[in-house]
Amino acid sequence: MSEIPAELKYTKSHEWVEDEGDGTVKVGITDHAQDLLGDMVFVELPEVGSAVGIGQECAVVESVKAASDVYSPVAGEVVEVNELLVDNPDLVNKDPYGEGWIMRIQLDGGEGGNLIDAEDYGVFITEEDE
Amino acid sequence: MGHKTPLYNEHVRHGAKIVDFAGWDMPLHYGSQIEEHRQVRADAGMFDVSHMTVSDVTGARALEYLRRMFANDAGRLDAGKALYTCMLNEDGGVIDDLIVYRIDDQRYRLITNAATRDKDLDWLGRHAAGFGIALEPHRDYALVAVQGPNARDKVHSVLKDATARAALAGLGVFRSTQLGQMFVSRTGYTGEDGYEILLPATQAPGFWNALYEAGVKPVGLGARDTLRLEAGMALYGSDMDETVSPLECGLAWTVAWNPPERAFIGRGRLEADRARPVRKTIGLVLKEGGVLRAHQPVYVGERVVGEITSGSFSPFLQCSVALARVDGGVTGECAVEVRGRRLPVRVVTPPFVRHGRSCIEEA
Repeated sequence: MSEIPAELKYTKSHEWVEDEGDGTVKVGITDHAQDLLGDMVFVELPEVGSAVGIGQECAVVESVKAASDVYSPVAGEVVEVNELLVDNPDLVNKDPYGEGWIMRIQLDGGEGGNLIDAEDYGVFITEEDE
Repeated sequence: MGHKTPLYNEHVRHGAKIVDFAGWDMPLHYGSQIEEHRQVRADAGMFDVSHMTVSDVTGARALEYLRRMFANDAGRLDAGKALYTCMLNEDGGVIDDLIVYRIDDQRYRLITNAATRDKDLDWLGRHAAGFGIALEPHRDYALVAVQGPNARDKVHSVLKDATARAALAGLGVFRSTQLGQMFVSRTGYTGEDGYEILLPATQAPGFWNALYEAGVKPVGLGARDTLRLEAGMALYGSDMDETVSPLECGLAWTVAWNPPERAFIGRGRLEADRARPVRKTIGLVLKEGGVLRAHQPVYVGERVVGEITSGSFSPFLQCSVALARVDGGVTGECAVEVRGRRLPVRVVTPPFVRHGRSCIEEA
């Protein structure tokens, strides 16, 4: 069973969102997503300073098996990316909610996207598996 | 539910992620594909390849039949020797690639792919009649590949019988021997030393667990694919199929042109292709910026010259490698379109890795 921390928000495209409390959010992919993809070998990070819209492709995670787009769960500007992933893409596997974070986004003040809470995300991935 | 090999329960017990492969429930990995890959390059790993088809060809004219059916020449085999070959259609396209073992002068053993089972047996059977040979697929067996620099020692360590150990210790590369109910060959699909072992289904779990106790780790189909790709070995269905000749998929070395009078199926077409430029298979290395994948287009300048047939990340080289089929004239600089970006790649002659060593060090 994959880990789904209760304090985070989620998307149906398997990103997680953590409110940093300062108008920015941290974004990564879920434990479930990294498990489906398998061993990560390459992460393409967005440019710091780039504007992202809700649902926009903004990063790529590639495992041995396949490449997968990461979609921005919110609208805003990318203010920081996890440079550690360039040389250590496997952090996404080992610690998807911690050291495996992908980017930090400054919210543009609009509402967030269609984010769901941990419980709903848990139900969603169980249904998706069936 | 797919077919299950005699080792299915062992896979589940070792935490395998099971996937469908050609109608079989097979282990993709047991946790980490990359760790399994490294285990084989550095030590020893074991693969359940019981989904592959094993059949025996017997009869007084068995050799004559095989010399007609295969592009490589089974006439080169002495007892116990194995040969890698393609089986071609009349157009020179590859129906399957396989290993043929000479057991004795009237019995040969074939190991063919799982996904091509029905069409292989149909094709082989259709041509058998004229030669009066029998084609018998085996039943109730397991096939276990044990590969890696320490694979042979570890297999020897689980054999109780000293005579058997001695027989294996003296077994040459691409040779096979019967040990009781086990048929052992020194072959593989990883670029490392090791064995492929055919044994009765009932004995398979015990043998597998003995190897596990000896430190041989289970390895899934995921790592099997990256290992064979690093070793530059073609995969049927990806790097070749019935529209591709062995000359185009890097397997020209498996075509036995001599003696010229041996009329193997597909020979006419191959002879014609020999005299004109056909597509060829090259190796590609991408240092950074993404992962090469099958079907990505290969460019020289603005011109598409071919496409990748197999591509992945190489856990050993820590970069991406691929096999690509391109126009015959291509040399030097190429680029590959990876997710919308044109990335320069280095062209190399496969293999990329053999026996735990890189084969593509820059001069």
